[in-house]
Amino acid sequence: MFMGDTYMVDVHLRGVVKRFGKTIALRGIDLDINDGEFVVLLGPSGCGKTTTLRIIAGLEKPTKGKVIFGNREVTYLPPRERNISMVFQSYAVWPHMTVYDNIAFPLKIKKVPKEEIDKRVKWAAELLQISELLNRYPHQLSGGQRQRVAVARAIVVEPQVLLMDEPLSNLDALLRVKMRSEIKKLQRRIKVTTIYVTHDQVEAMTMGDRIAVMSAGKIMQVGTPWEIYNKPANVFVAGFIGSPQMNFIDVTIEEAQDGINLISSDFTIKLPQEYISLLKDYVGKTMILGIRPEHMYPIGYVPASLQKKDKIKGIVDFVEALGSDTIIHLNTGSKIIVVKTSGTYRPKIGEELEIVIDLDKIHLFDKNTEKAII
Amino acid sequence: MSREVLVKKSDIVKYYLRKIIIAGLVAIAVTWVALPFVMTIIYALSDPDQYYDPHIVIPTRYTLEHIHKLIVLGAWNATINSVIVAVLTILFSFAIGLPAGYAFARYAFKGKDSLKLFIVALRMFPMMVIAVPLLVLYFKLGLADTLLGIALAHTAMALPFVILITSGIIAGVPVEYEEAGLVFGLNRIGAFFRITLPLALPGLAAAAIFTFIMSWNEVFIAAVLSFQNRTLPAFILNLIGGATDFIKFAGAFIMVIPALVFVFVAGKYLVRMWGITLK
Amino acid sequence: MPNEEIPTSVKLSKYTPYFLILPTLAYMVFFIGYPLVQGIMLAFFDEKGRFTLENVNYLLYGPGSLFWDALKYTILLAAVIIPIQVSIAFGLALLFNLRFPGKNASLYTVILPLTISDVAAGLIWYVMLGQYGFFNKILMNLGIISHPIIFFRIKDMEFIAIVITEIWRATAIVFIIIYAGLQMISHEYYEAAEVFGATTWQRFRYIVFPLLLPSLQAALIIRTLFAFQIFGVVWTLAGRDIPVLAGEAYYAQTELLRPGVASLYALIIAGLSIAVGALYIKFFKAKYLEAGM
Repeated sequence: MFMGDTYMVDVHLRGVVKRFGKTIALRGIDLDINDGEFVVLLGPSGCGKTTTLRIIAGLEKPTKGKVIFGNREVTYLPPRERNISMVFQSYAVWPHMTVYDNIAFPLKIKKVPKEEIDKRVKWAAELLQISELLNRYPHQLSGGQRQRVAVARAIVVEPQVLLMDEPLSNLDALLRVKMRSEIKKLQRRIKVTTIYVTHDQVEAMTMGDRIAVMSAGKIMQVGTPWEIYNKPANVFVAGFIGSPQMNFIDVTIEEAQDGINLISSDFTIKLPQEYISLLKDYVGKTMILGIRPEHMYPIGYVPASLQKKDKIKGIVDFVEALGSDTIIHLNTGSKIIVVKTSGTYRPKIGEELEIVIDLDKIHLFDKNTEKAII
Repeated sequence: MSREVLVKKSDIVKYYLRKIIIAGLVAIAVTWVALPFVMTIIYALSDPDQYYDPHIVIPTRYTLEHIHKLIVLGAWNATINSVIVAVLTILFSFAIGLPAGYAFARYAFKGKDSLKLFIVALRMFPMMVIAVPLLVLYFKLGLADTLLGIALAHTAMALPFVILITSGIIAGVPVEYEEAGLVFGLNRIGAFFRITLPLALPGLAAAAIFTFIMSWNEVFIAAVLSFQNRTLPAFILNLIGGATDFIKFAGAFIMVIPALVFVFVAGKYLVRMWGITLK
Repeated sequence: MPNEEIPTSVKLSKYTPYFLILPTLAYMVFFIGYPLVQGIMLAFFDEKGRFTLENVNYLLYGPGSLFWDALKYTILLAAVIIPIQVSIAFGLALLFNLRFPGKNASLYTVILPLTISDVAAGLIWYVMLGQYGFFNKILMNLGIISHPIIFFRIKDMEFIAIVITEIWRATAIVFIIIYAGLQMISHEYYEAAEVFGATTWQRFRYIVFPLLLPSLQAALIIRTLFAFQIFGVVWTLAGRDIPVLAGEAYYAQTELLRPGVASLYALIIAGLSIAVGALYIKFFKAKYLEAGM
C-alpha cells in the first residue's frame, strides 16, 4: 500500500534551542536524518530527547533554531500541517472510541472516502495483527494490544515522518523484546523516516540505523550502533553505552624506550610505539583510560586472535555469575576493575588473578574536555 | 528567509491577540463574581445619607452602626451558635465517617461497590426531608431547639461528603508507608495513627474546613429545628421578614466575611474537594 | 479441618471493614431512615396511626395553598437556570483549562459563591439590585437609564432577580465538576489528535467533548437535584411572591404549624429528586464505560 519513496522525507534540525522559563531544555541541537532512516534519540531522563521529538512534531515551538522537512521549513507550522504521526508513551489511544475508530480517526480528519478508510484500517490492523480487536474499546485491551493500536493509528496515514516516544517503556520485558523486532521489521517494510526516543540502550542498539546520544540538552554523538559502541566520542557516550559500564581509570602518560606507559596508581600498561604520534601532546599529563569489561580476559580465556595485549593483576573481590557470563570485580589496590568473561569461568573470592587487556579496544580521553583521543 | 519572518510575525500577532482575549474573559468572570461581594461589604458599612443619594455610587463616609444594630438584635449569639454547631458537626462526622473512609480506601470487601454507591447517592438526597420528622423526635428526646440537635442533623448531611473526601485523602497516602510501619513493629491502629494520619493531616484539615462551611451555610434544617437557639443563617432568615435594608446588608456582610477567609486559607484544597465529592 | 488452624483474630479481621462502616450505617438509619419513615407517617397518618388524606387535601385545597404555583415555579426556575449555568460553566472550564497569569487567584474568586449560604447570596443580590443598589446607581450615573429598575415586590422582576442570583451563586458547582473532569483528560489525548491533523474545533468535537460527557452529565444531575431544593435565595428575595416547594414546606412548618403538610412537601421534593435522578441515569450512560461489548 505504501508507494515507496514518495512518502519519505529527510529531517533537519538547525541550532534548536528550547527554554522553559529559566531552565534550558535544549542547548543547540543539530541533527540530519535521511529519507527512510530509523534514528534513535537515546539518553537518560531529562536529557531533552522527548523535547526534541515534540519540537519535530510541532507540539512545542523552539525558542531558537529551525526544523526542516525536505526543503520545507516547518518550525512554526502546527502539527497537522506537517504530515507526521506519532506513537505516544502512554499510547494516547482515545478511550471513547473503538479500536477501529481510533485507527480511522487520522483518515477521517483528512476526509478520506469511507471505503478507502475501511481498506486502510483493515490493512493496518492486519499488519499489526489486531484485526479481531477492531470493535473493542481500549479499556478492554491489554497494554500490548493498546500499543499495537497506537502503532496502527500512526502508520495508517502514510506519514512522511513517524515519531515514537518511548513506545515500549510501559510493556513487560518479554513483550518489549518481541515488539522491538516487530516495529523494526514494520519500519523496513514501509520505509518511513522514523525518529524513536528511548532511554534503553539495548532498544537503541537493536533498532536504530543511527543513534543520537543526548545528555543535558546536547547531542553527544551521532553514529551507527557500531560506531557508538566501538568509537565513543567522549566519556559520556562511552559510559552510557555498554553493560556493565566501561572501566574508567586516571592514568599518566609517560614515554618509555619501546613504547608509551600508561601509569595508574595501581598498575602500568604499556602501549606500542605507534601510538606516540596520537599522544605526544599528552606526555606527562593525566588522561582517562577506558576499558570495557568485555575486552579483558582471565588467563586461559584469551582469544588466540588477540594481537596487542598487556596484563594487570588483582584480587577477586566479588563475582556475579549470570549464567552465560561471569562478571568479576577485581581489586587492583585502590580501584575496582570490572571484567566480563565466559560463564564457565568461576574464580573464588580472594583469589589472585591475572587479566589480559586487548589493547586494540582501549579508549583514552582528554581529562579536561572528556573527548576521545584514541 | 522572508517566509520564516512572515510566519513568525503572524504568529506573534495571534499569540498576543489570544492572550488579550483570554485575559478579557477572565476579567469579566472575576468581576461578575467578585463585584457583588465588594459592593455588599461597601454598602453594609456605608453612611445611610450617601447610600440613599442616587448620585453617589461609591460612598465616602463609612459607619459600623448597621453591623452594631444587627449584633444588638442577637447576631453575635447566633454566630457563636453557628460555630458551636459547625465544630460539633466536624467532631461527630469525623468520628463516625473517618473509619468508614479508611475502610473504603484500604480494604477490599464484599459489597464495597454497592455500599459506596449508596453513600454517593445519599450525598444528593434532599436532607431537608428529615428536618420536620426529626423535630417531632427531638421533642421526645429533649433535643428540640438545642445546638446538639442541629449538629446531629448536620452530621447526617455531612457524613457522605466526609466519607468520600477522607477515603480519597487516605487512598492518596501510599499503602506501602503503612505496610512499612506494620513490618517495623506497629499494629494496624498504630500504623494508622503514627503514619497515615500525620501524612493525611493537611488534607483532613481542609476536609474539616469543608465540613465547617457546609454546616455554617445550612439554613433549612437549622431553621426548622430551632426557635431560640438559632444559628446565624436561621437567625437572619427569621429576621429579614420585617427588617430594614441596612439590617439585611449587615446580615449579608456578617455571613460573607468568614467565607472569604476560608477560601483564601484553603482555596486550593476546596477546589480539589469539590472535585472529589461532586464527581 | 484446615479451618481450625486459622487463629480467631485472623478470621475476625475479615470483618474489620464492616466494623468500620457500621457506625456510619447505624447513624444513617437512625437520622435518615427513621425520619423518612416518620415523615411518611406524619404526612399520611393521624396521631392515632390511621391513614388519612387530610394533609394531601390541605396541601391541594387549603386556604392560601400555593402548591401548584410552587411546583410550577420550582420546575420553571430549574428549566431556566440550569441550561444557562451549564453553558457558562462549560465555557469557563475551557477557559480555565488554558494557561494564563493569575490563574489560581482567579479560580479561587470564581468559586467564592460556593462558600456562602444561599441566604447570604440572596441578600447580596438584594444589595446589588435594590432601588438604591449598585446596579441601578451605576446605570443611572452612566446615563443608561433615567429611573431605577425596580426588582422587588414585582413578581416577574423578582423571578429575574432569582435567576440572576442563582446563576451567580451556583454556576461554580457546575464549573468545578466540569473543570475537574477536564483536568482528568490526559494531555496526550489532545496532542495525539493534533498530530493526526485535527483542528482546534475537531479536537473539541471528537476528543474533548465526548471525554467530558460523563462529567457534564454528573454536573447536570447534581445541579438538577439541588435545584429542586431551592429555598434561601427565593425566600430572601421574593418571600412567597414566588412560591417554591421548599419554601412552602418551611412556611407550613413555621407559620402554619402543620408538620404533616411540611413533611408532604419535603417528600414531594424527595420523590421528584429520585425520579429525575433515575431518569438521568437511565438515559445518559457513556457507551465506552460499559464493559463487555
